[in-house]
Amino acid sequence: MGQPKTWKEWVFTLDHKIIGIFYLAASLVSFLVAGTSAALMRIELGSLGPTLTEDAGVYNLWLTMHGAVMILGFQIPALLGFFANWVVPIMIGAKDMAFPRVNALSVWLLWSGILLALCNLIVPDSFNGMWTGYPPYSETDFAGNTALYSLIIIVLGISSVFGAVNLACTVMFMRARGIGWYQLNMTVWCVFTANIMQLIFVPVLAASVLLLSLDKYLGFGFYDPGQGGDVLLYQNLFWFYSHPAVYVVLLPFLGISFDIIATFARNHIFNYKVAVWATLAFIPVSSDVWVHHAFVAGLPNWLRTMQTFTTLMISLPFGLLMLSMVMTLYKGSIEYRTPMHWIVGMFFMLIIGATTGIPNALSAIDYGISDSYVIMSHFHYVMAISGAMAIFGGIYYYFPKLTGRMYSEAMGKISAWLFFIGMNVVMGPLYFIGIEGMPRRYYDYQMFPQFESMHALATVGVAITTIGVLIMLYSWLHGMFRGEKATANPWQSQSLEFTHTDVIPGPGNFPTPPVMPEGWSPYSYDKTGAKGGSEARR
Amino acid sequence: MSIQARAGSMALMLLSLPLIPRPAQAVQVVPVPGQSRQWDVPPHVHFDELLHEVFWDITIIGVLMAMVAAYFLFAYRRRFPDEVGRLQKLSPQAALGWMIIPVALFMADDIYLFAKGWELHKQYREVPENAYEIRVTGAMWSWTYTYPNEVETYGELKVPAETPILLRMSSEDVVHSHFIQQYRVTEDLMPGRVTYMWFMPDKVGEYVVTCREYCGAGHSSMYGKVIVMAREEFDAWLESEAAAISASATVASAQQVVSPAADVSARDFGR
Repeated sequence: MGQPKTWKEWVFTLDHKIIGIFYLAASLVSFLVAGTSAALMRIELGSLGPTLTEDAGVYNLWLTMHGAVMILGFQIPALLGFFANWVVPIMIGAKDMAFPRVNALSVWLLWSGILLALCNLIVPDSFNGMWTGYPPYSETDFAGNTALYSLIIIVLGISSVFGAVNLACTVMFMRARGIGWYQLNMTVWCVFTANIMQLIFVPVLAASVLLLSLDKYLGFGFYDPGQGGDVLLYQNLFWFYSHPAVYVVLLPFLGISFDIIATFARNHIFNYKVAVWATLAFIPVSSDVWVHHAFVAGLPNWLRTMQTFTTLMISLPFGLLMLSMVMTLYKGSIEYRTPMHWIVGMFFMLIIGATTGIPNALSAIDYGISDSYVIMSHFHYVMAISGAMAIFGGIYYYFPKLTGRMYSEAMGKISAWLFFIGMNVVMGPLYFIGIEGMPRRYYDYQMFPQFESMHALATVGVAITTIGVLIMLYSWLHGMFRGEKATANPWQSQSLEFTHTDVIPGPGNFPTPPVMPEGWSPYSYDKTGAKGGSEARR
Repeated sequence: MSIQARAGSMALMLLSLPLIPRPAQAVQVVPVPGQSRQWDVPPHVHFDELLHEVFWDITIIGVLMAMVAAYFLFAYRRRFPDEVGRLQKLSPQAALGWMIIPVALFMADDIYLFAKGWELHKQYREVPENAYEIRVTGAMWSWTYTYPNEVETYGELKVPAETPILLRMSSEDVVHSHFIQQYRVTEDLMPGRVTYMWFMPDKVGEYVVTCREYCGAGHSSMYGKVIVMAREEFDAWLESEAAAISASATVASAQQVVSPAADVSARDFGR
C-alpha cells in the first residue's frame, strides 16, 4: 500500500499525503478541544446565574480557546492543510508538492502552534483576551500571557506562509502534461486563491500581534495613546487580515463542495470560467472591507459609508459562485451518498449565513446589532457550521482513499442530519435574541432574564450536535478497521485522484506519470459516460 | 521616468491610500452638528423600519434560492446507475449573459440597500443642533455620566424626554462599547479618542444599557440603565443634585481649615 512502516518513516516523511493526514489529525484534535469548550459555554449559559463556574475568567478562557482553536487550529489546517496537501497535488497530476521539505516544516510548525495553544489551558496566567486580542485590554495584566498569544499566532502564521508559497508553486509549476489552468478542479482554484490571500494578509496579522507584545513587555507605545500610539491601529490591522481570513476558510470549503456536487450530480460546473474568475475576484474585494468589523469603533463617517458599499459588493462574486453551485445540480443525476448529505446541509446553512450577512453590511444596521448574537449567529452559519459540514463531507468523500475501506452509510447520514438540526437549534434562537439585544461574549445575562428559555433551547441543540459528532467519529473508527474494502473510484468520479490512482495512492501518487488527452476535464461526465474514459486502476 | 509617468504613479498611490489601514487613523470623529433635513421619526424607529425592510429583502433572496435548490435536488435524483448529468455547455454569449444579468441584479439590490442604509447612517451620525450633551466615561467595569453642571451619576443615565441626547464618550482603561437596547445605538469608547452617539428618548421609562466590547472578567456585569424622565422632573432632579454637591463642597472646604485630611474626600467627591 505504500504506507510508512516504522515510526521513523512516519515522522520524517516527506510524502504530501502523510503530511496531509498529520494536518487532519491536528485539526480533529483542535475540533474536539474547541468543541468541548463550546459545549461548556453553552451549559454555562443554559440557565441564568453561575452554572458550571462562578469565575467569569474561566468562561472567558473557554471562549478564547473556542474561537482561536476553531479558526486557527481546526478550519484553516483542515482546509489549507489537509485538503490542500492531500488532494491538490493529486488533482493536478503531480507526484508531490513543489517543496516536500518545506511542507514537512509547515506541518510541524502547525503542531508546535497547536501544542502552544493547548499550553494556554495549563499556564497559570492563561491568555483570555479572545482570539481578536484587542488592546489596550490585551496589554493589561488582566488579559494574562500576551506573549503566548503573539507567539502562537506568529508560529501558525509562519506555517501558513510556508504552506501558501508551497501550494501556489505546486499549482503553478507541477501540473501534469495536458492540464491547463481552465482544466483545474474548483478545489484547486479555491485553495490556490485562498493561499494567495494568506501570502498577502498573514504578514499584517503577524506584525499587529507582535506589536502587542512589544508594547506590553518592552514599553513601546504603538497602541498606547499615552505615548502617542493609537488603539484603533490594531483593530484596522487585525481586521485587514481577519476579514480575508473568512474567505481563506470559505473558498476552500466551497471548492470541495463544488467537487462533491459535480461528482454526485455527474455534471460539469455551471459557467466554470466565470466561477473561476469570481473566486479570484475575492482577492481584491476582500482587501477593502475590513471596517465593517469596526463600524462602531469610532472610525470616521466617510470610511464607514465607503466600506458599507465595498462590503455589499462581496455579494457579486459570492452570488456568482452560489449560482454556479445551484445550477450544477440542474439536469444532474444526483446520487445521495453521505458526502452529498453533508454538502446539501452545508448549502442550506450557507444560504442562511450569506443572507444574514446583508443587514450586517450596512453601518446603520450595525449600530443596533453590533457585537450582539446576531453577528455571532451569522458568522457561525456562514463560516463555522457551513465550513465544518463541508470539511466533514469532504472527509467522508476521501475516506475510501485515505483508509482503503468504506464507512457505514447509515451512520454517516444520521450524523449529518443530527449535526444540521442540532446547529440550527443552537444558532436559530440565538439570532432572534441577538436582535432583541443579547450581547456577545457574556458570561451571564442578568439584565436580560427574558432570554433564558432561548439560551436553554440552544443548549439542547448542542447536545443534539454532540451526538451527531460522536456518531460521525465512531463511523470513521468503525470504517477504518471494520469497513468493507473500497474500490479505487467508489463514486465514479472523473477527477484524477479517483481515476488514475490506486485504492490508497502510494508514494509518487500515480503508477505512471499521467498525461491528459486534449480536452480532458475533471468534470467531463457527458462525453465519457459514468464508467469514465480512463479505466480506474485497482 | 517622465514627468507624466511620475505624476501618474503619484496619483495612483494617492488614490490607493484609502485601501491602506493606516490613513484611516488620521481622522478623529467629531459630531456633525445640524441635520440637513428633518426626519419624521427618531433614529431607533427608522432603524426598525429599515431592519424590517432588509429582512424582507433577504428572506425573498434566501427562500428563492433555497426553493430552486430544493427543487433541483428533488427533481434530478439519479434514476438508473449509469445515468449522467445532461447540463449543456454554455456558448460564450450565454456564459457572459449568466454573469452580467445576475451581477446587475445583485448590484441593483446592493445599491438600493446602500442608499437606504446611508440615509439612516446620516441620521445616526448627524447630531441635532439642540442636543443636550452628557459626557460618558467607561472604566473597568462601570459607566460614569457627567452632566453640563458637573453633576455625576454612576450606571444610571438620567435624561429628559423628547430632547435629543448627545453622548461624548471616552474610556479610562480599555475599549468598552455603550449600547442602549431601546435606542438601537452602539458606539465604542477607548482611551485617547473621543467618540459620540446621539439618541432621541421619546418615551418616559427605564431601558437597559450594556457593554458590548469585551473588557475582561466584569464585561457581562457592566450594565446599567437609561432613565427617561419628564423634562420638569429631570430639571428638578439635576438642580437638587447640583445643590447637594455645592453644599457638601462648602462643608468640605469649611472642614479643610480644621482638618487637612478632609481635602481628600472633597476632591474624590468632586471628581
